[in-house]
Amino acid sequence: MVELALPKNSQIRQGKTWPKPEGATNLREYRIYRWSPDDGENPSIDTYFVDMDDCGPMVLDALLWIKNKIDPTLTLRRSCREGICGSCAMNIDGSNTLACTKGADEISGPVKIYPLPHMEVVKDLVPDLNNFYAQHASIQPWLQTVSPEPAKEWLQSHDDRAKLDGLYECILCACCSTACPSYWWNGDRYLGPAVLLQAYRWLIDSRDEATGDRLDNLEDPFRLYRCHTIMNCTQTCPKGLNPAKAIAEIKKMMVERRV
Amino acid sequence: MADMRTPLKKVEGLGSARDGTIHFWRQRVTAIASIPLTLLFIGFLIAMNGAGYAEMRAALANPLVALLIALMLISALIHMRIGMQIIIEDYVHGDGGKLALLILNTFFTIIVGVVSLFALAKLAFGV
Repeated sequence: MVELALPKNSQIRQGKTWPKPEGATNLREYRIYRWSPDDGENPSIDTYFVDMDDCGPMVLDALLWIKNKIDPTLTLRRSCREGICGSCAMNIDGSNTLACTKGADEISGPVKIYPLPHMEVVKDLVPDLNNFYAQHASIQPWLQTVSPEPAKEWLQSHDDRAKLDGLYECILCACCSTACPSYWWNGDRYLGPAVLLQAYRWLIDSRDEATGDRLDNLEDPFRLYRCHTIMNCTQTCPKGLNPAKAIAEIKKMMVERRV
Repeated sequence: MADMRTPLKKVEGLGSARDGTIHFWRQRVTAIASIPLTLLFIGFLIAMNGAGYAEMRAALANPLVALLIALMLISALIHMRIGMQIIIEDYVHGDGGKLALLILNTFFTIIVGVVSLFALAKLAFGV
């Protein structure tokens, strides 16, 4: 059954409140989820105070400021710091987004930060995305063709290229999939919005010749049809994409090839 | 990983069921059908408000009324069964409980349907 309450060893406790930086006047409070696999303790919420006069404007700037100046054990993923790698996806102020593109000034009150929801936690803000990446691999996200390889390149009209807009921009940060209740309850079998958007990106590609096989592999009560158009995916996407629409288009293709 | 299976092996599972679109389509079709049929049924109930047994029987003896109510029942019950099945699949994990509930869902729908249609026929044919 669906678990509505957290298991005992996952219940979140009040953690440590770290001392305020000395001499700082422009303080911002951060409450951050902490959990370590090494100490056998329950997760806790630590409170930090960031000197905003000494720190960049984004939430990621503050996290790195904390890591550099207060608590080097705070663990998170980050890489590009400009919203293109998807590493720093986490739950900030109640919704999944990228710490590097979320301005602290967009949030009122203390900034609350948790790892992406309903994923196994590796440590602190780092979720285990192995299943998510395997799901992406399962839809075979590359161009598949049977026709003889052209001498130069596979051609595509401007109109057909335009169909990939709003799809190719996806950076696989997993914000949408981990915002989806269907993915929470059935993430082992439901592919989730991010992977289905990627699947649609190849289904709609005019150069791809495996459309039928791709649809066959998606046509499943769990892989595709767990989507109940809840729309959390579209609401939360930090890149402004619309995975719900991509999934609806896949369902339309499924019906289209039958009727 | 303790079970030594790769993540891809777990994701692939037993493969695609190559199924689900008929369910998806049927749920939309019964939804469309249920809008006018349910509205007509509610209108019928309002029109017959306060009517006695004999009047109700007479109204149901009209083939158009009886057939529309029968269609409403069938459409709504198919829709109900699919909807309930989706809820069970969403929330109930563990194969034993899930299978039992899916079977009960089918039984329940068929029993409700047969009883309702029988009652309707009995009233409409006036035996």
